Amino acid sequence: MNAIEFRNVHLNLGGRDILAGITLDITPGKFIGVLGPNGAGKTTLLRAVVGLLPPSRGSICIFGQLAACGHPGIGYMPQVRSSAAGMHLSGWDFVACVLHGHRLGIPFPGKMGRAEIDRALDLVGARELSRRPLAEISGGERQRLLLAQALVGRPRLLLLDEPLINLDPRHQHGVVDLAKSLQTELGITVLFSAHELNPLLGALDQVLYLGRGQAALGTVDEVITTPVLSRLYGSEIDVVRLKGRIFVMSGNYDMEHDEHRHDDVSASE
Amino acid sequence: MLEYDFMRHAFAAATVVAIVSGAVGYFLVLRGQSFAGHALAHVGFTGATGAYLVGIPPLWGLVLMTLAAGIGMGFMGEHMGQRDVAIGLVLALALGFGLLFLHFFTAFATQATSLLFGNVLAVERGAFWTLLGLGLASLAALAVISRPLLFASLQPELAEAKGVSLRLYSVLFLAIVAIATAECAQIVGVLLVFALMVGPAAAAQQLTSGVGKGVLLSVTFSLAEAWLGIALAFYTDWPPSFWITALSATVYLLAVSPRLSLERGSLRRNHRQA
Ligand SMILES: Nc1ncnc2c1ncn2[C@@H]1O[C@H](COP(=O)(O)OP(=O)(O)OP(=O)(O)O)[C@@H](O)[C@H]1O
Ligand SMILES: [Mg+2]
Repeated sequence: MNAIEFRNVHLNLGGRDILAGITLDITPGKFIGVLGPNGAGKTTLLRAVVGLLPPSRGSICIFGQLAACGHPGIGYMPQVRSSAAGMHLSGWDFVACVLHGHRLGIPFPGKMGRAEIDRALDLVGARELSRRPLAEISGGERQRLLLAQALVGRPRLLLLDEPLINLDPRHQHGVVDLAKSLQTELGITVLFSAHELNPLLGALDQVLYLGRGQAALGTVDEVITTPVLSRLYGSEIDVVRLKGRIFVMSGNYDMEHDEHRHDDVSASE
Repeated sequence: MLEYDFMRHAFAAATVVAIVSGAVGYFLVLRGQSFAGHALAHVGFTGATGAYLVGIPPLWGLVLMTLAAGIGMGFMGEHMGQRDVAIGLVLALALGFGLLFLHFFTAFATQATSLLFGNVLAVERGAFWTLLGLGLASLAALAVISRPLLFASLQPELAEAKGVSLRLYSVLFLAIVAIATAECAQIVGVLLVFALMVGPAAAAQQLTSGVGKGVLLSVTFSLAEAWLGIALAFYTDWPPSFWITALSATVYLLAVSPRLSLERGSLRRNHRQA
């Protein structure tokens, strides 16, 4: 059974098709990088997999079940980060709010619940960290708590939306390595969205590249090529390989880097 | 002072209200909805004045009006900016109507003052039982929804992905806040609801890092402030609402004062070294 199956999927926001006619199969246990320029639809696609955005046409199946909110096999780290960052609440309590969070009752985790939360924290090495208040930890440390939160409930499919945003290169590597080891040790499928391909190169099994409403899925060698990317960007693209890194260029300029800068500008407004 | 009936009633009523507002206030502050609580209290003023006009007990006017407004606000929107404008509009409109009702009912000045600033020493036996019933109902409702409410407050996007309806819990919670506000208004009046709902909760959140402990400390502060305020009022003959607000502000300022947080920091460091 496939982890994710898209059949002629159209995703529509505000009367506009963000993705149109996508068909693809993702087999279980893979590490997939979801790439594409700003506004290509990475977040939209992940939200559709979670069930937050039903397709306007076509169907999405997750482990053989139609995608819908509350699927127990999915762990999700949204791109919109929680507003809890400035609170005095401890990291532990923050992660714990996810446990059975959809059920009515008083949020006392009980012995098994506590063990489950500690397990998730151990997986990302944040057990010590979780004793501190959220207001007193760094952005990178908070990222690890969010990852722990996504792991509560033992998902088989982990969706991480831009976990590298606002991290320096060293911490970016830390997060990629962590996600990779979770994928191999737990045998789960990971969808990891990012702006840049290079930090992910060592971890990727496949890339899912989005652009102009279309998608291409395959290995790096299959997808990061002039014909495929030219189709997705709608202009002539050169792929330059240099010292184990890959640059996606249009004329003389680096598409991914340009996108990145664009994001920084809009974030600082 | 407990030999007087009115003092016993005052303490009993304050106990119920302080427990409810301490617990509800914790979630209100956690969700960043203090302004909604404030606005609901003012809307309650209109409900109470309207109730005088049509001749039903003002407490019921207060409860019905805040409940309607709370549910309305819950439906109106999740987005912060939008939410503040919507709340502000409801607030202004309601106060306008309150003024109109006052205009029709001129023999009303004392009632208006006690609505605005509270009159805990005038709580009667019947009113106490109503407060107790409403208080137990809202605490029970809060307990039932507290887990999804916490989830929706701390991680809305993820909560929605897990099938928690943000709108449903926003509406349910504001309905609970509405009842708690109406209760609070009996003690400190609609203008000073902040003192019992927001002050103790905000102070408790500064001093604790766990949800359970935070709720308990918030209830403790609010109980202590209400009791002490009434006792001080008895001995000084100043209004209880004044004392309660003064105590609430003092506790909050102490909780956020830099000296205190420095001490907390050094305590934590010592703890880590040990
Ligand atoms: N609520 C909405 N209504 C209408 N259009 C929307 C809405 N949300 C997003 N869009 C549009 O959908 C497109 C895809 O957005 P999405 O957030 O999925 O992009 P993304 O690939 O995640 O981009 P980024 O790299 O900036 O995170 C964008 O063009 C955006 O303008
Ligand atoms: Mg995105």
